[in-house]
Amino acid sequence: MIRGACKAGSGPLLAAPLAACGGNWQSALDVYGTAAIGLKQLIILIVAVCSVVWMLVMIALIVALWRRRDAQAQAPEPTRERRMTVAIMGAVVATVLIIGTFTVMSFIATRALNVAGQDDLTIRVRGLQWWWGLEYVGPDPSQRFETANEIHIPVGRNVRLKLEGLDVIHSFWVPSLAGKQDLVPGRPNELTIRAERAGVYRGQCAEFCGMQHAHMALLVIAEPQDDFDKWANAQRQAATQPAEEEAASGLQTFLAKPCAACHTVRGTAAAGTTGPDLTHVGGRRAIAAGLFETTRGSLAAWIADPQTIKPGNNMPLVPLTPEELRAVSAYLASLK
Amino acid sequence: MRERIVLGLGRLPLHGMGAASVTWWGTLAFMLIEGTGFALAIAVYLYLMNLATVWPINAPPPDLLPGTLMTLILEISLVPNILLSRWAEQQDLRKVRVGIVIMSILGIIPLIVRIFEFPALKVSWDSNAYGSVVWTLLGLHTTHIITDVVDTLVLAVLMFTRHGLNLRRFGDVQDNAMYWNFVVATWLPIYGCIYWLARL
Amino acid sequence: MNGPPTAPDTRDADIERTRLPSVLAETWKTPVGFWGALVTVDHKIIGRRYIFTAFVFLAIGGVLAALMRIQLAQPEARLFGPDRYNQIFTMHGANMMFLFAVPVMEAVAVYLVPLMVGTRNIAFPRLNAFSYWIYLAGGVLLWTAFALDMGPDVGWFAYVPLSGPQYGAGKRADIWAQMITFTELSALAVAVELVVTIFKQRAPGMTLDRIPVFVWAMLVTSFLVIMAMPAIMIASTSLILDRLVGTHFFNPAEGGDALLWQHLFWFFGHPEVYIIFLPAAGMVSTMIEPFARRPAFGYLGLVMALIATGILAFGLWVHHMFVAGLPRLGDSFFTASSMAIAVPAGIQIFCWLATLWDGRPVFKTPLLFIIGFVVTFVIGGLTGVMVASVPFDTQVHDTYFVVAHFHYVLIGGAVFPLLGAVHYWFPKLTGRMMSERLGQWSFWLIIVGFNATFFPMHILGLEGMPRRIYTYQPDLPWHGLNLFISLSAVILIAGFLLFFINAIRSAHFGEVAPDNPWDAPTLEWASTSPPPSYNFAMIPVVSSLHPLWDDRETLPVAAGLRTDRRELVVTTLAGAEPQAREASPRNSIWPLWAAIATTIMLIWSIFSPWAVIWGSIPVAVALIGWFWPKGTPEDES
Repeated sequence: MIRGACKAGSGPLLAAPLAACGGNWQSALDVYGTAAIGLKQLIILIVAVCSVVWMLVMIALIVALWRRRDAQAQAPEPTRERRMTVAIMGAVVATVLIIGTFTVMSFIATRALNVAGQDDLTIRVRGLQWWWGLEYVGPDPSQRFETANEIHIPVGRNVRLKLEGLDVIHSFWVPSLAGKQDLVPGRPNELTIRAERAGVYRGQCAEFCGMQHAHMALLVIAEPQDDFDKWANAQRQAATQPAEEEAASGLQTFLAKPCAACHTVRGTAAAGTTGPDLTHVGGRRAIAAGLFETTRGSLAAWIADPQTIKPGNNMPLVPLTPEELRAVSAYLASLK
Repeated sequence: MRERIVLGLGRLPLHGMGAASVTWWGTLAFMLIEGTGFALAIAVYLYLMNLATVWPINAPPPDLLPGTLMTLILEISLVPNILLSRWAEQQDLRKVRVGIVIMSILGIIPLIVRIFEFPALKVSWDSNAYGSVVWTLLGLHTTHIITDVVDTLVLAVLMFTRHGLNLRRFGDVQDNAMYWNFVVATWLPIYGCIYWLARL
Repeated sequence: MNGPPTAPDTRDADIERTRLPSVLAETWKTPVGFWGALVTVDHKIIGRRYIFTAFVFLAIGGVLAALMRIQLAQPEARLFGPDRYNQIFTMHGANMMFLFAVPVMEAVAVYLVPLMVGTRNIAFPRLNAFSYWIYLAGGVLLWTAFALDMGPDVGWFAYVPLSGPQYGAGKRADIWAQMITFTELSALAVAVELVVTIFKQRAPGMTLDRIPVFVWAMLVTSFLVIMAMPAIMIASTSLILDRLVGTHFFNPAEGGDALLWQHLFWFFGHPEVYIIFLPAAGMVSTMIEPFARRPAFGYLGLVMALIATGILAFGLWVHHMFVAGLPRLGDSFFTASSMAIAVPAGIQIFCWLATLWDGRPVFKTPLLFIIGFVVTFVIGGLTGVMVASVPFDTQVHDTYFVVAHFHYVLIGGAVFPLLGAVHYWFPKLTGRMMSERLGQWSFWLIIVGFNATFFPMHILGLEGMPRRIYTYQPDLPWHGLNLFISLSAVILIAGFLLFFINAIRSAHFGEVAPDNPWDAPTLEWASTSPPPSYNFAMIPVVSSLHPLWDDRETLPVAAGLRTDRRELVVTTLAGAEPQAREASPRNSIWPLWAAIATTIMLIWSIFSPWAVIWGSIPVAVALIGWFWPKGTPEDES
């Protein structure tokens, strides 16, 4: 599905090889972001030390249970008790040393979490039930544009994400790039990410946010600066007028039906803001927050019955004739 | 197992007073629970206050008169309350009867004053978080006054029945007096929060 | 109410020893039949009932877990839609925490603590009866709501705004919040009873350093309940107010704050973990003695570790909020305090290891569960150290790693000792032994099934699987492990089934138990199996930490209590010197009436704020009826 797109997609959209596609694309262990790489080292170190501790305790337990004993019962005797006290003291001191080290290590790693250097790009990320609204904020207002569910970033640049929860609490988590950060209504948070390699990384909401918490994914596409600039320029443009007749009639239906009340397609009269901006929806890899690869077919299926595909989501079923459905999905697919 | 008698309990009293009474400890434990509740409610007040840019939110500070009057009455009630507790310890039924009637009245008067305290807050519970927290603090304290007043009234009735002349009843009166002290003591920080922190 | 069985002021020493049990039994009896079941204040009957009910909730909570595992066994499974699934996982968590784990520990204590400290009934026995009824009502409320498709669906910690007035539609979140009120009310009541029982009703001579470790654990736990539960009461009440009368505690648009909920919840929620774990640790320290055949090593260390854990428990709630965006410096403080709690946990583990090392282990089922506890709990403790680290936590927070972690802590750390405790104290509870063969089988199934089920969840979490998702897409590489987990859960379920079968069978057909089948050193084994209604014909007198090991034949006792009324001994707090012969209340129907009135008020208040005013009148009437003197010998002074 979208994973497949990831493998095949190195053609038109991305010139760079998709490194992440070889491994797991949503994992704290397959890491391609500066922060996640550091975190993985910390995780491996702590897990290794803890494993050794566990094995030592197990050895002590096994020996304690099955060591050879005198046949006769022995009453607790002061010298033995004293020796055991010393052993326990030693173990406690070791415990204190280990957790002290961990505390210092995590304090240092916490400071490193904030990726050093200047931010090259700022994106407002809005968490909504159950999709991600994105606004690229440039230094000058004409540079800004909106999109949804698919974040493009230039490789090797610090990208500052301004995280806002607009309804309930969500959590932004793209494990291959960085640790998570919550989007709390009324309390804006920030997270800086930087991809070290080009690729497609998947993330999904990590704070339970209601019915479709399971289907609130997003993609981060890290690409070379040139590709990124090209993409950003394209995104700033309004939607092109549909050339084909079917797509043109799709636009008419889109505007006549309730679609336009919730969605924006820049360059048309559709200016709703409750749903994702659809200006370039056909160019995004996935629809419905990571649920399906974007194709005419999946768009049609989604529009035809959103409540069966993603029960509880906020997109209502808009009754359309089969012709209208075909036209609207053709139109949306054409919005590259 | 066989038993070997090593201790005689026959001379012990049939009921302990003060720290020898389980109800005294029970009352103390419930005071600890409710004290924690009050402390947390005040913590919520301070938390919201710390978060707000202006405090009180969209409201003038509360009128001082009813709350201060309340504080005075509660403080004054401590005198007969402590006397009542002492009389109960001395098991002086006549004085306890007088004292408990006085304490019943001194329990009801604050409830009347409290009726005027809520409007004096000058904010509704559903206007904003400030209104919510002051109403809750005041409401929480009011439930404690009501609880203690009901307990005092029941005890007052009991003291005039054949059940009155009983060490247990005197113990109950002492526990009730201790609880009233607690109700008065918890009022002071709440009074400070509602009426004075809002004026800072 | 019948009159006293003997003339006023008859002392036990004046009665022929052989006749004493029947006289005491008459004074302390619970009437047979349905009426007796409603009026009883016997801590053993209530304790058994409490334990039984809690295990029923464990079983049906386990069924929910099984349903979740079926759903998650394959990607995009459609056994349940998100609406039902969200109710299921919320019910599973809320049920296991509020209706099973906390109540079952308190239930065991309700049964055992009075016996272990050598008294005849728990302090405030009527409050004890009330607490059970309220607990039952809370459980029935929650499960009825679930059956009616009104079960809470906001997670067991019900974060706002999702559970708030705007996004939590219907009455689901209110039912969650009110269920909290029920269970906290009952937990607080039991905590007060236990504190006073342990402070004031210990057998003469049971000084502070002669209190069994389990009793110490329950004392610390009870204080944790007393200090922590008010926080959740404040939180759930504020939530109901927000939802019902339009307050704005958690509404950022009107000066409220979403994180305020998290602070309040976790100020309760983290101590909650220790409210569950400390009793289990106490059980281990107490059970290990007969099975290592030596006193637990480091009594002082074990008790101090319990107290230290109890204090530290209040200093780590923020580690549940490491990714919520609080100041990083503050987070680091909470990292340190969360790590520090490993020290008292470590001390206890080391003391148990030393006890086993120096003892001569008897490999019976309770010891097996202790061993299983050490093996799994250490893993849970170490993953706890991991999530205490802020940077580590940013990757695993709210993932299956955390799901694995807290199941290791709660099942490995608390349920394993509890299962051992059931095998251990079963003869005292029922008068019959549990089958050793079935016990060992269930142990092996449970330990293998548990680890195979929960260990892979660590890996799933690191591979990016968030918790609380009702399904996952096939393009994510989680399918294999999820299937493996679901299959392993079958083994775990088989183990629990076998345990339940063993318990039910043994209760009816088990070998008849002697008074002290394990040669254990604590006072509950001085009584018969099961104990009589009055626990001890004469109150034991204690002169060491292991009274039954000092002299296996004779029990030093105190004489001089009245037999015509329910009488027990009140002793001083530290020295346990006798202070008074105190009366213990008789059976009464009023606790049940009070519980019914309270239940009506609380459920009504989900729908209308006026319930608090009108509903409190019957509550007050019931309470007055409860406390009104009845002129029984117990009222004498």
